[in-house]
Amino acid sequence: MQTLRDTWLIFGRYSRQSLRNPIWVLLGISQPIVYLILFGPLLKGLAGGPGFPAGDAWQLYVPGLLVQMGMFGSLFVGFGIINEWRIGVLERMRVTPVSRLALLLGRVLRDALILMLQSLILIVAGLVLGLRAPALGVLIGLGFVLLLAISASALSYTAGLATKNEGVYAPLLNMVALPLLLLSGILLPMSLAPPWLNFLSSLNPLRHIVEGMRDAFLGHYATANVGIGLAVAVVLAVVSLALGTRTFQKEHV
Amino acid sequence: MIVATGLARTFKTRKAAVEAVRGVDLSVRAGEIVGFLGPNGAGKTTTLRMLTTLLMPTAGSATVAGCDLLGDHDGVRRRIGYVAQGGATDPACPAGEELMLQAQMYRMATAEARTRVKELFAQFDIAGLENRQVKTLSGGQRRRLDVALGLVHRPPLLFLDEPTVGLDPQARSNLWGHVRRLRDELNTTIFLTTHYLDEADALCDRILVIDHGKIVAEGTPDELKRRVSGDVIIIQVSGDALRAKEALAGLPSVREAAVDGATVRLTVEHGDQALPGLLRTLDAAGVGLASIALHRPTLDDVFLTLTGRSLREDDGKS
Repeated sequence: MQTLRDTWLIFGRYSRQSLRNPIWVLLGISQPIVYLILFGPLLKGLAGGPGFPAGDAWQLYVPGLLVQMGMFGSLFVGFGIINEWRIGVLERMRVTPVSRLALLLGRVLRDALILMLQSLILIVAGLVLGLRAPALGVLIGLGFVLLLAISASALSYTAGLATKNEGVYAPLLNMVALPLLLLSGILLPMSLAPPWLNFLSSLNPLRHIVEGMRDAFLGHYATANVGIGLAVAVVLAVVSLALGTRTFQKEHV
Repeated sequence: MIVATGLARTFKTRKAAVEAVRGVDLSVRAGEIVGFLGPNGAGKTTTLRMLTTLLMPTAGSATVAGCDLLGDHDGVRRRIGYVAQGGATDPACPAGEELMLQAQMYRMATAEARTRVKELFAQFDIAGLENRQVKTLSGGQRRRLDVALGLVHRPPLLFLDEPTVGLDPQARSNLWGHVRRLRDELNTTIFLTTHYLDEADALCDRILVIDHGKIVAEGTPDELKRRVSGDVIIIQVSGDALRAKEALAGLPSVREAAVDGATVRLTVEHGDQALPGLLRTLDAAGVGLASIALHRPTLDDVFLTLTGRSLREDDGKS
């Protein structure tokens, strides 16, 4: 009960912080929109061709973009926590009796809420460009994005506080993000990949989430892809939250 | 209010273990203002962070505000206030919102928190600034907001880390006034680290000096000054300086006497009380007097003697 109240309190603080600077929410969505408009049309000629899974260009690419935004949009919150650590806000909170789990959850929920808003904007943009998907499928897709956003945000806080240095965190982010993106099948489906690349990609949780979402967008809900994607997303979220909570419990010199 | 025994903290780096604090014993009574002095890297902030539950001690134990530091983090946290060195506010956040959040983090109900916030803004002379972003406040106003944040739950014990670093003289003495009133009116116990000897001198009932992770001296500012060097009296004579020295050296209060030209330099105990006797002795010896000056040692002298370092060599960080 107390943890819930504390979580709400911390969530409120960071939501107000975002409301003071709504421009960041819009900047965060601008990049996926650019991808959608400038890269999406390239897939139009390819989709349905040899090696491509079922679905048209938008049914393939919008889920991919949602996953991309869910993962990489939240990774930047790590910079914020480094700053909070540096100016002493984190320490000020840790010296109060406030729940350590709430210190993480309140922040993560704020990040997830923003990502949900951005996802809605992206889906509307997709609809305008020609995306056709069943409402239930889109809803399931949003569920995937929510789980992914929670994971990415918790991991980002963990990594930020592990490095405590923007100069280390930024290259780390780049080092991790690029292979994750290329091995996810977001840009082009992994069914095109040679076996070794396909194998590497199967180790990437993002790939399974993307494939589950694509099935959902096609209206196929009871498939292995959806089941595996959901399992991967849930496990990822649980592990990330556990790591994140430990980080907020730990002392920070 | 605080009793610590053998409190120690070792940091493990890749190459070696660094003993930042090597067994600190200290006790602070309720209603005291205690100053914690030490040069850079002496272990001041590490000790403070251990006493406030931010760092786990690697050895030792302590009772803070009636709660076991190691076993009852939550109890300690509810009973202490902590104001970090640089403050800890979000520059873009309105001042009132920061204080409101702080009250709620201490589990105050919304209505009660609102009343308390208003009360604190008035108490610290920042009423009317509730909606201003923290970054638009002056240095002194911001520091008072920091202290208000530490006091929101009316803790019986307040920790202040370098409370007046970076403040102009007026803002400093203003803050000192607030700190004194906390003790005088609310009987709040205050444990502060400081770099400024005049601050320790003016504000603290008792001083603990830490160096190389251990307490090296303890006492009231006056006791420390007396213990270390005694007072220095410098006398310019118009007559025979050697004769003056011989006459004065026989007095029981004079510990040391030296002559340099027409100047006699004496180290005495309780210089203020010794002066009349010195004057009578000089008179009786028939030595003319040009001037006489009494120098009381500063805490800086104390520091130099105890640690072999001057506090002023430090740059304000600890």
